[in-house]
Amino acid sequence: MITFIVRRLLLGLFTVWLISMLAFAIIQLPPGDFVDSYIANLAAGGASVSADEANAMRKLYGMGQPIYVQYGKWIVRVVAGDLGESMEWRRPVAEVIGDRIWLTLLLSFAALLVTWGLALPIGIFSAVRQYSVADYIFTLIGFIGIAVPNFLLALIILYAAFRYLGLSVGGLFSAEYALAPWTWDKVKDLSWHLPLPAMILALSGTAQLIRIMRANLLDELRKPYVVTARAKGLSEMRTILKYPVRAALNPFASNIAYLFPYLVSGSIIISIVLGLPTVGPLLVRALIAQDVYLGGAIVLLLGVLTVIGTFISDLVLMWVDPRLRHQMD
Amino acid sequence: MAEPILSVRDLHTEFVANEGIIRAVDGVSFDVFQGRTLGVVGESGCGKSVTARSILGIVERPGRVTGGQIILRPADGPPVDLLKLPAKAMRDIRGPEIALVFQEPMASFSQYYTIGNQIMEGIRLHLGLSRRAARDRAIELLDMVGVPQPSRRVDEYPFQLSGGLRQRVMIAMALSCDPRVLIADEPTTALDVTTQAQILDLLRDLQQKQGLALILITHDMGVIAEMAHDVAVMYLGRAVETGPVGEIFSAPRHPYTRALLRSIPTVLAKPRTRLPTIEGSIPHPSNRPTGCAYHPRCLEIIDERCRAQEPPETGAATTRIRCFLHGGAA
Repeated sequence: MITFIVRRLLLGLFTVWLISMLAFAIIQLPPGDFVDSYIANLAAGGASVSADEANAMRKLYGMGQPIYVQYGKWIVRVVAGDLGESMEWRRPVAEVIGDRIWLTLLLSFAALLVTWGLALPIGIFSAVRQYSVADYIFTLIGFIGIAVPNFLLALIILYAAFRYLGLSVGGLFSAEYALAPWTWDKVKDLSWHLPLPAMILALSGTAQLIRIMRANLLDELRKPYVVTARAKGLSEMRTILKYPVRAALNPFASNIAYLFPYLVSGSIIISIVLGLPTVGPLLVRALIAQDVYLGGAIVLLLGVLTVIGTFISDLVLMWVDPRLRHQMD
Repeated sequence: MAEPILSVRDLHTEFVANEGIIRAVDGVSFDVFQGRTLGVVGESGCGKSVTARSILGIVERPGRVTGGQIILRPADGPPVDLLKLPAKAMRDIRGPEIALVFQEPMASFSQYYTIGNQIMEGIRLHLGLSRRAARDRAIELLDMVGVPQPSRRVDEYPFQLSGGLRQRVMIAMALSCDPRVLIADEPTTALDVTTQAQILDLLRDLQQKQGLALILITHDMGVIAEMAHDVAVMYLGRAVETGPVGEIFSAPRHPYTRALLRSIPTVLAKPRTRLPTIEGSIPHPSNRPTGCAYHPRCLEIIDERCRAQEPPETGAATTRIRCFLHGGAA
């Protein structure tokens, strides 16, 4: 079992390495070197860079040297925590991303909780009461949820909240806390703002998950072991929750990994619409502005997070599926 | 003879399907006695398994029991009709009074819990034992059914056991709450021949030790000959002939029973002769033939009456038959 975990870990590291090369490739994509465009960018803004400064920068980034040397210099700096300079923001990339990555994670995690919290009970109910009126209603809502784009729903809610309740529901913070340092009050403010975007973000995932849970459980409900449980005299509730639901949950453990990047990338448009301080809008702007180090850093971060998600998903799967655990011994 | 522990009378179980109502069990009656084995035999689809499930009240939707009586005579207290029991009381019957051993030991266990967990569940629920006491009992049960190293096996998962061991564990689980009636639904079908013999030996052994009333459901006449005291031969949801095993085998009366017995291979048969089979196949229950359901395949069909009229059940209390050849002339 430990060899399996170690192997997975090494494989994950290898994947991260490949992703880092991809991120570096993105950085290298625009014509000309970074320093040229940096200087051009500064010049456009009215500032100027001396030849000495430009040379110092070229040396720092290893310009003019073979590509692998450049990559080597870059990756060493990245590992040390220096993600380079954002051209557009004229600040270090690490500073620009800053809290946003954590807020993104928080929002995704909240959306995941909402998704599971709603989808699993509804999916179970729909399967157990297949073809009941409630099942049809949930099915209808589910299809609407799949069909309506998240951002449209976000717009409608924004409009309705403003028009009828006089509320501005955008953002993750009230104006007075947005730039304030972290305090308990700011955390409280965040916890007020978090549920709505989390719910909007969770909608389509929830709708899909209801369908998946329902289908999985319908399969499991027909298996002989359910009859065995009933024949033992267990109550219907306990029978269903202990046996078929347990089996139907298994695929979810393996889905964590796929859900995660979906939530991050799925949140881009919503984040723009709702003005959320997450990395999604930052990535879009970085790509439009050819802000290479910022874009590369975000791609790298998302890639690493996905790998971590996959690893966690492997561990969870191993934990929930005894067959998997024993195959490896 | 003593009173039967369990009497099934005119049991009807129907399934609502697109083709209409399917009568899976259509008027089955039989008695089960303490310390005796009732063999229920018939081809696939004749309603054997549905009968078993009907007795336990676990017929799945869209099926439901629509008529008849299932009288259980508990050790203490008056007889009860299981079909009239409320759901909660019926759950207390499953396990401590009547237990079921299933056909496929692999699919009938959940792969997500240890066998100990699955055995202990019923013990804790019905006998109210503590976790530790239930575990001790589970180990005892595993030992009783011949699982080697029971204290280690109790923590294993079903997929770690062989088919034969799994079926032993299934029997241990069924016996965990000391039931008085054990229904074994094709308990050996999924096993290889040597294991089959071992499991049957085990069942017989346990029955003698514990005085169980055993209902053995099978399609194998050989198993019936070896195990059963009484036999109910089922065809299309009905018991067409019931009686003591000796009489059924030495003097079968219903043409269907005779046909079934003819189709058992014997060592006395001439080499390279065809094994007799029953002509035709079982009609789908949704289009049951008129009259006697067996008439399209019957070699001894008498006349129009067989096609038009349902033969009534006739005969003595222990030997009943549904055939115009043997009474029931209207």
